[in-house]
Amino acid sequence: MTDDLSIVDIRKRLNLGETSVVEVVSRLYDRIDAHEPKLSTMVSSHSRDVVLEKAAQLDRKKTKGALFGIPFTLKESYLTKDLPTTAGSKVLEGFMSPYNATVYQKLIDQDAILIGKTSMDAWGHGASSENTDYKVVLNPHDVTRSAGGSSGGAAAGVTAGLSMFAVGEDTGGSIRNPASWNGVTGLKVTYGRVSRYGCIAYASSFDTVGPIARSAADCALVLETMAGHDSKDATCATHEVEPYSDGLSQSLKGKTIGVIPSLLDSESLDPSVSIAMNDALEVFDDMGVRVKEVDFDLLKYGLALYYLIAPSETSSNLGRYDGVRFGLDRSYFSQESMRRILIGTFALSAGYYDAYYRQAQKVRTLLIDAYKKTLDECDVLLMPVTPTPAPKIGDLINDPMTNMLADYFTVTQNPAGVPSLAFPAKYTTSGLPMGLQLTGRLFSEGLLLNMVHQFQQVTEYHKVRPVMADN
Amino acid sequence: MIIMTYTPIIGIEVHVELGTKSKMFCGCPADHFGKEPNTQTCPVCLGLPGALPVPNKKAIEWTIMIGSALNCRINKQSKFDRKHYFYPDLPKGYQISQYDQPLCEAGFLKTSEGRVEIERVHLEEDTGSLKHKSIEGRQVTLVDFNRSSVPLVEIVTKPVIFSSKAALAYTKELGRLVRFLGVSDADMEKGSMRLEANISLFPGEVDEIRMDNLPEYKVEIKNLNSFKFLGLAIEYEVGRQAQLLDKGIVPDQETRGWNEGSAKTVSQRSKEEAKDYRYFPDPDIPPLEFSDKDIEAITGQIPLLPWQARARLMDDYGVREDYTDILCAEPERAKFALELMEKGQQNQIEANVLAAHMVNKKVDIIQATVDEVLDQIMKHSSKPMASTEQLEVWCRQVIEENPDLVAKYKSGKVSVIGALIGQVMKVSKGEADAVKVQTLVNKLLT
Repeated sequence: MTDDLSIVDIRKRLNLGETSVVEVVSRLYDRIDAHEPKLSTMVSSHSRDVVLEKAAQLDRKKTKGALFGIPFTLKESYLTKDLPTTAGSKVLEGFMSPYNATVYQKLIDQDAILIGKTSMDAWGHGASSENTDYKVVLNPHDVTRSAGGSSGGAAAGVTAGLSMFAVGEDTGGSIRNPASWNGVTGLKVTYGRVSRYGCIAYASSFDTVGPIARSAADCALVLETMAGHDSKDATCATHEVEPYSDGLSQSLKGKTIGVIPSLLDSESLDPSVSIAMNDALEVFDDMGVRVKEVDFDLLKYGLALYYLIAPSETSSNLGRYDGVRFGLDRSYFSQESMRRILIGTFALSAGYYDAYYRQAQKVRTLLIDAYKKTLDECDVLLMPVTPTPAPKIGDLINDPMTNMLADYFTVTQNPAGVPSLAFPAKYTTSGLPMGLQLTGRLFSEGLLLNMVHQFQQVTEYHKVRPVMADN
Repeated sequence: MIIMTYTPIIGIEVHVELGTKSKMFCGCPADHFGKEPNTQTCPVCLGLPGALPVPNKKAIEWTIMIGSALNCRINKQSKFDRKHYFYPDLPKGYQISQYDQPLCEAGFLKTSEGRVEIERVHLEEDTGSLKHKSIEGRQVTLVDFNRSSVPLVEIVTKPVIFSSKAALAYTKELGRLVRFLGVSDADMEKGSMRLEANISLFPGEVDEIRMDNLPEYKVEIKNLNSFKFLGLAIEYEVGRQAQLLDKGIVPDQETRGWNEGSAKTVSQRSKEEAKDYRYFPDPDIPPLEFSDKDIEAITGQIPLLPWQARARLMDDYGVREDYTDILCAEPERAKFALELMEKGQQNQIEANVLAAHMVNKKVDIIQATVDEVLDQIMKHSSKPMASTEQLEVWCRQVIEENPDLVAKYKSGKVSVIGALIGQVMKVSKGEADAVKVQTLVNKLLT
């Protein structure tokens, strides 16, 4: 069943002629027809016929790109010429972009096939995909629960088998949070590793473009195509792109994982989190990885820092949506988005700039230094992604404070620019996925993928499929 | 009646459009004058979702050149900041500009009316332009984004200009400077050079002014589309503000526009509080860092400057000041003139003769070469003039050959002398001095 196949396996079968792109796509659309109406993972998508036409074209091709025939989705924050781009907001309803995001162009240049654009919290503002002006995304593992956010549709689609991989976007956990709640693998890259050109900006100095797939091996393949310098993005790194797939099987003997004991003390932490952490550490221990306790006091300022700088940058980035050149006017912004715009404008305003924005940036420098220091003492840090498994729909969006606190473990990596890989590490007794994340030094994606791949060689969490009722 | 002496205190802001090939943050052509609206745009300069700015290296280098020529300190660390306000011609809702770490600071420009201290020189992007039209009877405003994101250099003086004469001397010299640097055509009519002035009146003489007793208000004057208007606006404002101050009223701190029709400045905005632009460093553009070597490489490219050209013409060659000013209005003409002087000196031709020729004959320096022009001058000045004896021979010859003309002249038709002179000129093949011929013919006929 292609349901169980990874990108790596499908590529192999396509190369050997054991299956065709048309077949892969047909099976995919059967699943979309069966489950998408209930889950609402996508805001727009190509019809089966259009994609089959494309698939047939690909099957006739002589030379095959690195992601030949692999169906994928893009979060609604990526500009595409062939489907509307809304960023989850009514302000951009039906907006047709005159250009493609760099990451999209790179993927289709390697013969991947776009299925649709996934639902998200509008403008990236949220951790549950409930702050969307379109349909709320339901969690395929439990449709009364949130799929996480802001790349909720992306992660839900991958776990439900509605695409082989998705391109999400992570500003403060927006890939890792839904990856954790949907039981899939999601990578927040080093800032600048992948071009942001054509990605609708939330917080320009935090935003990262990254893959969500069913395994680290699949993520590695996709990252190889996505990553690299882009002259249209002045913040894009010129670092060489490693052959991430080649490094997956390297031995982990002698590597050190840092754990921060104080993180696990909180009352609001679901017990499954500590269990997941301990079990994971045992697995790594068996591989010869050393575990070390480290301090990281500064993490407790993460939320304050994040919720000052991100809204400031977003209040600026959203200023262009005035309805003059395209789209609708500002009256169409949602409550949560208006909340963040107001906070951001306030934090940047005369008389308050020094106390809020500038102060937060100073703390950010300390955070960058703290990550450097801590990641000198160990190779990677193992942390929870979210304090609890997926909440019920309505729990987060109706309580702004709880909404913010859900981001506790994911908001410090973006200000420091460090990469972090979220992976499924446990299922609760009620069958809900729980993820953990490995955070590493700048440009250490290779090591993170290596470690999670090894973890996934001896565990089965990433193979669990949601049990979904057909329509 | 007490008549108060007021000294105008003027600060001037000049915006110069750089003549780079591309815009400031994207690859669109920067040359927009007269182009079909909205034909030179892209996602970046239209502020489309997802677009990102990439700074134009040449524009940064040229700004440093301007600052260096203005004797500024070049900041080794600089950055771009976002300046937020909402207007239809500003697509992103913010302008990428520079706030507290501009590329150049603290310089000066020497003018004929004294030295002008420069506060700062910074780089930013231009906005689109609004056109008010009537379409099918409706008043509409159209936006053209061809100009959006064209590189703009802003040069700000300290409030150290004390007369409209000084203001004009400064702005004209600044215009010459950027043209000599080759970074802009600084054409007020095309909008590639724009002026704004801040004016207040100091109750006293200029030598009583210090940085700590400046007036507490200042009026910003915009819409100054020519040097003439700058002068007129300053004069008008001085009068207007003096009238208010005489009555004990402090003029409103506001922005006023020059109205050409009524020859007045008119208030554009009501009592204005300082605008809060919510500046913060643009996170899409990494900060700039320059080494000494970087700066030297840029300033080493500075070509002949207007004051250098003037000094060489006047001091090295002794050219008159008025000729010098005309010859040094444009860099190409100045270079041409200097070359001409050098060659003329080698041929012992007087410098002012060369200068007069260039000015009076309005020599076309594109069509003619220096050598051609020199040749022309030399031929004209070294033309052998016939001696008086020779002239008399020719005159007698012509008189003899034209008895009918002579008869007419003697009968009272004195105007025929012209025909006789003409004949002498023909015979002499241009070597006769026409004035001398006239005197001689007159004499011979009486």
